[in-house]
Amino acid sequence: MLHDTSPLAVLIFAAFVVGVIGLSFWLGRKKQSAAAYYAAHGEVHWFVNGIAFAGDYLSAASFLGICGMIAFSGYDGFLYSIGFLAGWVVALFVIAEPIKALGRFTFADALDAKFNSRGIKMAVAISTLVVSIFYLIPQMVGAGSLITPLLGLPHAVGVVLVGVAVTLIVVTAGMVSTTWVQFIKGSLLVFFCGILTLLILGRGLTVNAGRPGTENLTPQVKTIRPDGTVLIDGQPQTRDHDLRPVGTILRLPERYAGKTATGPLKPLEYLSALEDSTIVTWSATRHSDEEGTHVTYSPIEKKGADLLKPGGYFKGLSSGTLAGRLDFASLMLALFCGTASLPHILIRYYTVKDAAAARKSTVVGIAAIGVFYVLTLYLGLGAMTSGALDPTDTNMAAPLLAKSFSTTLFAVISAIAFTTVLGTVSGLIMAGSGAVAHDLVENVFAVPMTDHEKVRCGKIAAVALGVIAMALGILFKNFNVSFLVGWAFNIAASANLPALVMLLFWPRTTKQGIIAAVTVGMMASLGWILLSADTFEKVYGLSGNLSPMPFSQPGLVTIPLGFMVLVVVSLLTPRPVAVRT
Amino acid sequence: MADGNDTTTSRLGLVLFWIYVLLYGGFMGLVLVRPDLLSWRPLGGVNLAIASGMGLIAAAFLLAVLYMVARAGR
Repeated sequence: MLHDTSPLAVLIFAAFVVGVIGLSFWLGRKKQSAAAYYAAHGEVHWFVNGIAFAGDYLSAASFLGICGMIAFSGYDGFLYSIGFLAGWVVALFVIAEPIKALGRFTFADALDAKFNSRGIKMAVAISTLVVSIFYLIPQMVGAGSLITPLLGLPHAVGVVLVGVAVTLIVVTAGMVSTTWVQFIKGSLLVFFCGILTLLILGRGLTVNAGRPGTENLTPQVKTIRPDGTVLIDGQPQTRDHDLRPVGTILRLPERYAGKTATGPLKPLEYLSALEDSTIVTWSATRHSDEEGTHVTYSPIEKKGADLLKPGGYFKGLSSGTLAGRLDFASLMLALFCGTASLPHILIRYYTVKDAAAARKSTVVGIAAIGVFYVLTLYLGLGAMTSGALDPTDTNMAAPLLAKSFSTTLFAVISAIAFTTVLGTVSGLIMAGSGAVAHDLVENVFAVPMTDHEKVRCGKIAAVALGVIAMALGILFKNFNVSFLVGWAFNIAASANLPALVMLLFWPRTTKQGIIAAVTVGMMASLGWILLSADTFEKVYGLSGNLSPMPFSQPGLVTIPLGFMVLVVVSLLTPRPVAVRT
Repeated sequence: MADGNDTTTSRLGLVLFWIYVLLYGGFMGLVLVRPDLLSWRPLGGVNLAIASGMGLIAAAFLLAVLYMVARAGR
């Protein structure tokens, strides 16, 4: 669909960017120490750090991806939310306090605290970079693909804008400015999702909501011709002849017999009324011939109760095959184990004063992220029944839902969607900068540096990573990259979690064991992903049947593999000398 | 040992962790093995799939608060 862009959205976003960059320069006006650049002196208030956790963690994939998945497929998007949140339990109960006590600036500091081994620092720095770059690509590509419908600018402009803004945020005041940007973003995101949810409940459910045309349930065909022109139902696409917006209620529950709208609903009433309603969702099928690629969008009448149970998106669940179920279990395991292994999340533990502040800020983070995921469920369901959805673009579900209320709200939500990218990318660049400058240059290659030079080295690394991020964002423009976030969780969980957990719970762990577990966990999960059916289909454009892997998500195999490698290698190498203090 | 230098995970943390593993694993087990049970509607017309999902989010928060309070009170 062609979207009207809003000058107000551009204005709000520009004001936000100018505001946060101004704030960053102000925060960075004094000369900095390495402790300030990497860890904000460990002086961030626990509440600010907690909201910043949310700003760091809730990426564009969380906000737009989950809303879209719920709006188009129903319940399964909520399964992602449950998995994303559950990972924080591992972070709080198992990882937070030791990582705070053992490390100084980076995750490698903590893993290496007992051994002082360059091999460990090297392996962990590389796994940090791999995980952070896989996480970074979808953020940057997302920035580019969002900017066109939201702000009316070309893809590359979105990528460069985010890349430059984030690099400035990081090089001005490092972790101090990153923290504040994430705090502001986290607060705005939760607050405006709350406003949208109140509006959704206030509007209730309406039969054939949205603009005229949504009640028309004939299939729609979009044809992309070889020369790039687009036809809608055989005629050239224009503003007046475009795909009709979709996503409506066909029938309300019997208790509303004779009415076309429920009026305002309470939170549980809303869900219950939706379960008893009949809803029209749209699915896409594509085929190609000499005229071009045809995508047919067809309406499917569904019972609310069927949309609100698992299996709409994860076909492995509804098909009931063993491989499909293992694939799902593997993803849920990776989400559970991955959060506490993500370097850009872990470094936030070095910005608070002590273990008590680390605990308190995690609780605040869990509260903010948990509330956000509950609100996202309402946003997705509200979009599903708003009559405003673009059948070609699931990522537009949340902004278009906002548009069904007012164009001002659309502008605000568009600007916020875009700023979600800034908060997460600045966290990723910080993590990468620490891995390159602190772990590799300072510790592995042992380049002697004064404190001031350490900061400069970190900033140079941040600029380099910013440039790489922009290049990747433009290079991967035409790839479907949303699943790369899932890869990042799998690789983080497979490479980092076994080493971290065994270091804490098994005194026999040796440095060779840690190096082997990190290396094998990373290579095995990465190799599995590159050979998986998902990658064959979505990246190489081959048939998924050619893949040698039994299912696509590696975590179920590669996380235990990491533990096993660590135990075997540790037992084969000499017992570590007791250096515990 | 002073709280700020504690490099070990507390026993309470581990107990709460395993409680949550049971809740999360139990829920995922239902999704995988008995998805039909999730259509049951125990909560004012809201089905078990939604109710238990929200329950898992609430449980994470409640256990986290419990942990924070218990550790602060040592």
